[in-house]
Amino acid sequence: MATQVVMEALSPTMEEGRLVEWKKQPGDTIVVGDVLAEVETDKAVMELVARVGGVLLGHLVPAGTIVPTAEGVAWIGAAGDAMPGAVARAVTPDAPLAAGAGATNAASAASAAPTSGVVATDLVGAGSAPAASTSAAAGTLPVTASPGALKASPLARKMATEQGLDLRAIAGTGPDGRIIQRDIEAALVGGTAPRLGAPAAVVAPPAPARRVTTDGPGYEDIPLSQIRKTIAARLVQSIGPIPTFYLTADVDMERVAELRALLPPEPKVTFNDIILKSVANALAQHPECNAWWQGEHGTIRRWHDVHLAVAVAIEEGLITPVIRHADRLSLREIATASRDLVARAKARKLSPAEYTGSTFSVSNLGMLGIDEFTAIINPPEAGILAIGRIEPKPVVYDGTVQVRRRLRITLSCDHRVIDGAVGARFLQTLVRMLENPLALVW
Amino acid sequence: MAQFDVIILGGGPAGYVAAIRASQLGLTAAVIEKDKMGGVCVNIGCIPTKALLHSAYVANLVKKEAKELGIETGPVTTDYGVAMRRSRKVSDQNSKGVDFLMKKHKVTLIRGTGTLKPGKAVEVNGEMHTATKAVVIATGSRVKGLPQAGLEIDRKVVISSDEALFLEKAPKSVAVVGAGAVGCEFADVMNAFGAAVTLVEVAPRILPIEDVESSDALAKSYKKRGITILAGAKIVSTKVGANSVTMVVEAEGKTHTLEVEKVLLAAGRAVNTENIGLEAVGVQLTERGFIKVDLATLQTTVPGYYAIGDIAGPPMLAHKGSREGTHVAEVIAGETTHAINYSNIPSVTYCHPEVASIGMTEEQARQAGHDITVGRFPFSANGRARTSGETDGFVKIVRDAKYGEILGAHIVGTHASEMIHELAVARENEYTVAELDRAVHAHPTLSEAIAEAALDAMGRVIHA
Repeated sequence: MATQVVMEALSPTMEEGRLVEWKKQPGDTIVVGDVLAEVETDKAVMELVARVGGVLLGHLVPAGTIVPTAEGVAWIGAAGDAMPGAVARAVTPDAPLAAGAGATNAASAASAAPTSGVVATDLVGAGSAPAASTSAAAGTLPVTASPGALKASPLARKMATEQGLDLRAIAGTGPDGRIIQRDIEAALVGGTAPRLGAPAAVVAPPAPARRVTTDGPGYEDIPLSQIRKTIAARLVQSIGPIPTFYLTADVDMERVAELRALLPPEPKVTFNDIILKSVANALAQHPECNAWWQGEHGTIRRWHDVHLAVAVAIEEGLITPVIRHADRLSLREIATASRDLVARAKARKLSPAEYTGSTFSVSNLGMLGIDEFTAIINPPEAGILAIGRIEPKPVVYDGTVQVRRRLRITLSCDHRVIDGAVGARFLQTLVRMLENPLALVW
Repeated sequence: MAQFDVIILGGGPAGYVAAIRASQLGLTAAVIEKDKMGGVCVNIGCIPTKALLHSAYVANLVKKEAKELGIETGPVTTDYGVAMRRSRKVSDQNSKGVDFLMKKHKVTLIRGTGTLKPGKAVEVNGEMHTATKAVVIATGSRVKGLPQAGLEIDRKVVISSDEALFLEKAPKSVAVVGAGAVGCEFADVMNAFGAAVTLVEVAPRILPIEDVESSDALAKSYKKRGITILAGAKIVSTKVGANSVTMVVEAEGKTHTLEVEKVLLAAGRAVNTENIGLEAVGVQLTERGFIKVDLATLQTTVPGYYAIGDIAGPPMLAHKGSREGTHVAEVIAGETTHAINYSNIPSVTYCHPEVASIGMTEEQARQAGHDITVGRFPFSANGRARTSGETDGFVKIVRDAKYGEILGAHIVGTHASEMIHELAVARENEYTVAELDRAVHAHPTLSEAIAEAALDAMGRVIHA
């Protein structure tokens, strides 16, 4: 059976890629590992390699097309196989339909479409026509992607198609790792799978945790002004690819400590959870800090929601599980989510979707006795906050010297996105929140 | 004193399968059994009743249809004793087969009654045996009386399936109390062997756990064959005599006085939890009297002690017990294994027509809040069913309206017991109604009715 070649996520943050050039043509023999095409990602031009061997049956998109990840771009099969039928999903609006591209393959007569090895269809009932079959020719069945050796039950495939979930990002718990109904249900509840099928012009956020109530893509791309471009170019020359500067603040944590003492014991809420909640809320008020640098696209992406990465030390190094929509979660939900993510991170049980797609990061070394430090920005994010330890210190308070619990936090800012005053205002809001934790319930 | 990796208490379909699987996984296993190997299933349950039901099936076929099929038989008589002895032979062969399997898999068979002791030990005939890894309790269940209705099993006029399976002749009249699988099967057998059968059921319909359409179809077929059904019944009084029973039953607003030669009790079973030392090791029971187990591992409340089969909770079915046997052996051996899918265990009543089901009934699916569509196909519209004159019954599929998930399937028909597994495989693999249809079904077969019911569930049935 023919295997569909899909646009792979060639970088952790890649959501779409421009197919720069086809390196293999229909009819070419393909060996596993062959470079099929060059793809321009959000970071660089990379190679799309064959995962299966055989003969390239045909291209689904011409060179130059922007294709979302997990969308089909070609088919590989045995010599003489007909190319499977029309792809019914909306690809880039101006991309020709698969059947058209397939016709370039002498082996695939136009009539092959309705009779070919259809993988799974949506036509389960008269009343359930697939939502995405807008461009399917009458009489042809829509084909869902069948990437390589992906194992999923027909029911799971139907649910994923209907819900626009990317099966490849879902961990299967069925026999031999097969993706089954409960995995899809878990992904829908937990929001751990990126969604597919958004038209290329409006790319979906990498992993919305739940049905977000706002319409639209979840962010706004701000075109780079000339002054921003110049600032960016000069700063990079001066200090390196990510021109970082640091802002440090000293926070009084007495009231946070009082608040924490009043909370119920379960779920356990740590100081870090309260800091995470405050960071999320402060970022919601300062969206200019909740942003990605996308200079190569000429934009800064300002995210509507806060997807907060938490740096977790593991045996092999470091991983950053992401609390999705942290700004929409209650303190209790943040505490629960962070405990779960940290535990699974340490057990190496995170799916890629759970540690990618963050909009801002927090790193805490306080428990290791570090007073303060500077953290390194995780691109394309524009900022990361370094949390030191909370320690009783003598400070001047209310005109007298008192011993109070203090915390030092340091914000690393990508200067191309965040200017000094912008970062300082965000930090000011954050400090105000931590010193008046009642603000958390605003 | 002997030592094994696993000691299994009970050699029924749960216990002996656990022993074989344990042995396959390299563990040494011992089975303790006081009676014949194979338990109730092989000796006084599944197997002999199916042998009798086959006799009943042939009797009905010859009596009622031979002439139409072009076969002249002359007067047909039946002899329950002959059928019974044949069923015994079948059971004995099966039991010996289990003995052979024990030898083949090098499972040690210890004859006697085992009593659990702390420290993963079991005492049999004064001798102590210890398990290094686990003790598995698989002591099963037994028939029980209905004292609240004045019916204690006396093994003469008030009997259970245990006695019915050894009768030399069929009674002239019998009241079967309880219209679950066992009651319906014996009603079928007794009717075919000439008894006047009254089927008494407390619930509003026979086969109360099946889909209402299945119950109705079987009731219709039974009434056609002269079986009296008193559903929604209340036993008002019972007088047990030396050779007969007088029973007053209220049903559907009327009072019926039954004078019968025998009463066959088929209303539930009791689990064998007594005198096996559960208290001594601290194994806890559920409120309903089953052994409390963790369904993922089948471990009881005491580490190292596991329970499987009837004693570990409903459904009390041999195939559920056997699957638990396989599963528990894998858990004990430390294999990676998937938890048993208890929602996908087929239920079959081997009467004529047979009734088989898997998953939810239509009513259960609605109550669970599913948005459903129902597909049906009657065997009267199926070519193969017509060739054999077995057009009673139908295939019914309850699907989820959105994705086509097969929530439940119900088959009434001559070979329903064999057909249900297409749905079992489909559900286990999460195929939807679309995949059921897409698999080409041979023509002419009864199984085409499954594909047609799937099509009907999608609103495009072909042959009806």
